[in-house]
Amino acid sequence: MNNLNKKSKKTNKKVNLKAALSLATSALLGTSVVTAPVAQAKEADEWQFDSAFLVYSEVDRVSATEAIIAGTKTFDNDEILSLKLTVDALTGASANGAIAQPNAQTFTRPSGNGQYVTPAGETPLDDTFHDTRVQLNGQWTQPLADNITGSVGGHFSKEYDYLSLGVNGNVAYDFNRKNSTISMGLSYFQDTFTPEGGIPKPLSSMLVGDSSSSDWDAEFAKTRISDSEDKSTTDLLVGFTQVINRRMITAFNYSYSMVDGYLTDPFKVVSVLNSDGIAQDYIYENRPDSRVKQSTFMQAKYHFDDSLLNTVADVSYRYMWDDWGINSHTIDTRFTIPVGAASYIEPHIRFYQQSAADFYQPYIGDGKAQTGFVSADYRIGEMTAVTVGAKYGVVLNGGNELSFRIEYYRQMPTNAGFVDPQRLNSVDLYPVVEAVIAQVSYSF
Amino acid sequence: MKANKAVFNTLSQVNSSIVHSSKVKLILLTVMTINLSACSSLGVEPWERDLLAKKEMALTSSPVDAALDDHIYFSKEASSGGKSFGGGGCGCN
Repeated sequence: MNNLNKKSKKTNKKVNLKAALSLATSALLGTSVVTAPVAQAKEADEWQFDSAFLVYSEVDRVSATEAIIAGTKTFDNDEILSLKLTVDALTGASANGAIAQPNAQTFTRPSGNGQYVTPAGETPLDDTFHDTRVQLNGQWTQPLADNITGSVGGHFSKEYDYLSLGVNGNVAYDFNRKNSTISMGLSYFQDTFTPEGGIPKPLSSMLVGDSSSSDWDAEFAKTRISDSEDKSTTDLLVGFTQVINRRMITAFNYSYSMVDGYLTDPFKVVSVLNSDGIAQDYIYENRPDSRVKQSTFMQAKYHFDDSLLNTVADVSYRYMWDDWGINSHTIDTRFTIPVGAASYIEPHIRFYQQSAADFYQPYIGDGKAQTGFVSADYRIGEMTAVTVGAKYGVVLNGGNELSFRIEYYRQMPTNAGFVDPQRLNSVDLYPVVEAVIAQVSYSF
Repeated sequence: MKANKAVFNTLSQVNSSIVHSSKVKLILLTVMTINLSACSSLGVEPWERDLLAKKEMALTSSPVDAALDDHIYFSKEASSGGKSFGGGGCGCN
């Protein structure tokens, strides 16, 4: 009897999870919570939640875990409120920009507290990366007039050394029996970066030596310019979507993005080599304080018929170019294949290729004094990347969906035409980065 | 005579480039008109939206997956956005 009671309590708990979340969301929003139990149950039915837990793990480098819960509520008159909470934690090692050498290398940590040694032949990785981030997003969407929909949203994100605040607004106009839609959106982000150890002086030499000596702090301070720096991002997005027929829909976007402020990575250095290819010095990188990015994006979705298992194909292409000299191609393809009545499998292939920024250099040769912009960050160098994976989803009783996703991501940096000193033939200047992405999602 | 020929050649080149550019304009105009009129004839009636209304036919069928992917690629590559805003949000890049 006792057991039975316990069981029924458990079931109640499960059923009430959604109601509790709905109430908590209402409380957070400050909207009035209806106290009558019947009304509560009705309100609870209107919230839809999507949740996910993801692990991103690079071989020998960074690992990140990320959890998301997003709630959407549709009110009368087609007004939609969406709220999203994201929490992620990052640990592990990240490339510091310096190149591998035939000998061991010593670097100072970005905080100035202590040093780390990279063994001979290995790509220097700074292993002090750890951060936790909390992000909140809210979006309100509603019809403004016949065939016109408006939307406004806010963004808040905070990590130990970083704060990001953002707002956005969008308007969409439907015409041609709602088969065509033109949309326009604007977003603005204001970010503040406060790294431990401060902002390094661009192009200054990394101080390496005895960090316990009495004059260390004073010497280290000479390589710093401030405690924090700001960055602002303004994005304009113009879109057009078109229903082609009963089985096909297409989308075309153009976006223009202006980023101003501190765009340098304070944790990245560049190796300064002598004529033999041996590092004499490491200087902090220096990037321009503005960047204009533009992109075009095209997407098509097609619903095949029975002969191809009612598969839905999703194919998209993006071309991006900026005033740093980077351009990139991205092709993303997904096939959603139904398996039985209530589940599906979704293979995914993504191909990415980018050219190097004009000021990208894997190292500075011949001990030359460096002026102007320079970065050895492989993420703005020439690179090809491939993602291959699959997702399996199943619709449970009551319409809730559970899905699993596993993907393999491989970055292959390439030489953008630099002629390397012979001594460096034995080391890998463009190491491959491999990562596994695993995710569990639940919608209820 | 040679000079005349040269002048004639230049003139004919100019002429052909004018013809060429007006041809291009005509083609562009035709393509745009066809596109626009094609758009109005494209699409479906409201009662033909059975497949388009399915979740997997939405342009972003899984917003949570899209958000997670955007965050990964934003922090690992030089490009972001395109499909939606590619703005700031984290100190990962």
